[in-house]
Amino acid sequence: MLDLASTNGQISQEQSLENSPLAIRGLTVSYGQKPAVFSVDMTVEPGKMTAIIGPNGAGKSTMLKAALGIVPPVSGQIQVFGKPLDAQRARIAYVPQRASVDWDFPTRVIDVVLMGLYRELGLLGRLRGDHKAKAMDCLDRVGMGDFATRQIGQLSGGQQQRVFLARALAQGADLYLLDEPFAGVDAATEKAIIGVLKSLREAGKTVVVVHHDLATVADYFDNVFLINTRKVAEGTVAEAFTAETLQAAYGGRLATAQVDQLALALG
Amino acid sequence: MSGEEFVPLSLTPLLIGIFAAVACALPGNFLLLRKQALIGDAISHVVLPGIVVAFLLTGAISAAPMMLGAAGAAVVAVVLIEAIRRLGRIEPGAAMGVVFTTMFAGGVLLLEQTDTSSVHLDVEHALYGNLESLIWLDAVGWSSLLDVQALAHLPVELPRMALTLLAVTLFIAMFWRVLKISTFDEGFARTLGIRTNLLGLALVITAAVAAVAAFDAVGSIIVIAMFICPPAAARMMSNQLEGQVAWSVGFAVLSAVFGYVLAGYGPLWLGAQDAVSAAGMIATVSGVILAVAARFGPCRTRSGAPVGV
Repeated sequence: MLDLASTNGQISQEQSLENSPLAIRGLTVSYGQKPAVFSVDMTVEPGKMTAIIGPNGAGKSTMLKAALGIVPPVSGQIQVFGKPLDAQRARIAYVPQRASVDWDFPTRVIDVVLMGLYRELGLLGRLRGDHKAKAMDCLDRVGMGDFATRQIGQLSGGQQQRVFLARALAQGADLYLLDEPFAGVDAATEKAIIGVLKSLREAGKTVVVVHHDLATVADYFDNVFLINTRKVAEGTVAEAFTAETLQAAYGGRLATAQVDQLALALG
Repeated sequence: MSGEEFVPLSLTPLLIGIFAAVACALPGNFLLLRKQALIGDAISHVVLPGIVVAFLLTGAISAAPMMLGAAGAAVVAVVLIEAIRRLGRIEPGAAMGVVFTTMFAGGVLLLEQTDTSSVHLDVEHALYGNLESLIWLDAVGWSSLLDVQALAHLPVELPRMALTLLAVTLFIAMFWRVLKISTFDEGFARTLGIRTNLLGLALVITAAVAAVAAFDAVGSIIVIAMFICPPAAARMMSNQLEGQVAWSVGFAVLSAVFGYVLAGYGPLWLGAQDAVSAAGMIATVSGVILAVAARFGPCRTRSGAPVGV
């Protein structure tokens, strides 16, 4: 199995563990008997945009959820900015898959964004005008300012996705983890989202995205993490996103013609 | 109706009915949105083995141990349902179905093995309660509300139900924000450090406490109806959780008041001789309210389906 990360050498791995926004070691997650993620190491580079890619059912989302403590791992260590996850929750923002919630829930767009301020507000903290102004500002950044008082069920899929991104922005984090933010959204939304993510990177934030569209990987991302239950490759797009690594990750599921085409596109 | 008649005969059953209805409807809002509304049904079934076990342990038919037994059984059921749901990864409805039928069946077997002649478990009582009998005979009119001696003889169900309602309200108010976040988006709630498993368990235990207290006072029909009907009707009146909860409280009070009055006087207006069961009528009214809201409520269309992408 190809493992380009191992070429980094052990010493630099240990060093990067300390200041990596997200370092995963030996992560195994299992639903029932078969592991969904097996013994995966990942070291996210600070200030970069990283794509997690792999075929359907490769454990992309599961890995992200385990890294966030949403699903319990069988084994493995998670470090966020060199400390355990629980000590660093305020520095993480998370955008779940849009389809994971019931959009018929009785609430308005602005209320969803305000959920991003929970760590600031606490259990009973009073919601003040400046909290609302902050939430409005986040909605404006994703181009949804006009929809603040809409019921969330009235939004299109792309608009829902942007509201989720606005909620993550409200969290004011240093590390942004997004699960398939481009799945089933319109072109305008995709453009808006990638614009916001790039501006986060400009501001020195770290962005990790579970991504499915191989065609846009080279355009959008600095780094790539390829997974198919086990880690296949990790590194810059040039290092880790090659015809060989894709063949290794997708196996027969990617037609040879597709691989050739991608290889051509990648030069 | 004059105070001399109303206060002793109708005030206490009416208040108990209102408190029970609201105490069940409040957590019902969250249970409904979490697709766990059937938990009221489950709890009212598992109360049976709880009561039988309490009787076996104490050998007496008295309210306190039986309520404790019922509450204990409800908590056991709730924990079992959560465990089966999480470990078996099946939908909550199925987990509830498995647990409450099994525990109810166990209760029936247990009852059969004990000396049934001395245990009088009245099916009618369990279903409809005896709301009409919770009267305040020491009262002579409105002035009795200030009379310490008369107040001392209030039916015990009234303060018990009032305390339950207070506890339920405090729980919902205290955990409003986290309940809302974790009901809408459990995964996100966990990344915030909210202990969603514990919170979900606390919510169903709160519901169980409300259900057991209400069951004792007014029977299981009201419990089952109030967990579902007022919140479901309220959902069609408002697109905001705050609004939904407010409407559900209104509908619960309306059901209790109209149901009680209709049960007492409805048959007389129709020329019949006897009153009908207040509990049955309260549940029926809540069902009618749900039907009306389903037909005329402003937010009744499911808007969840995305228009285009």
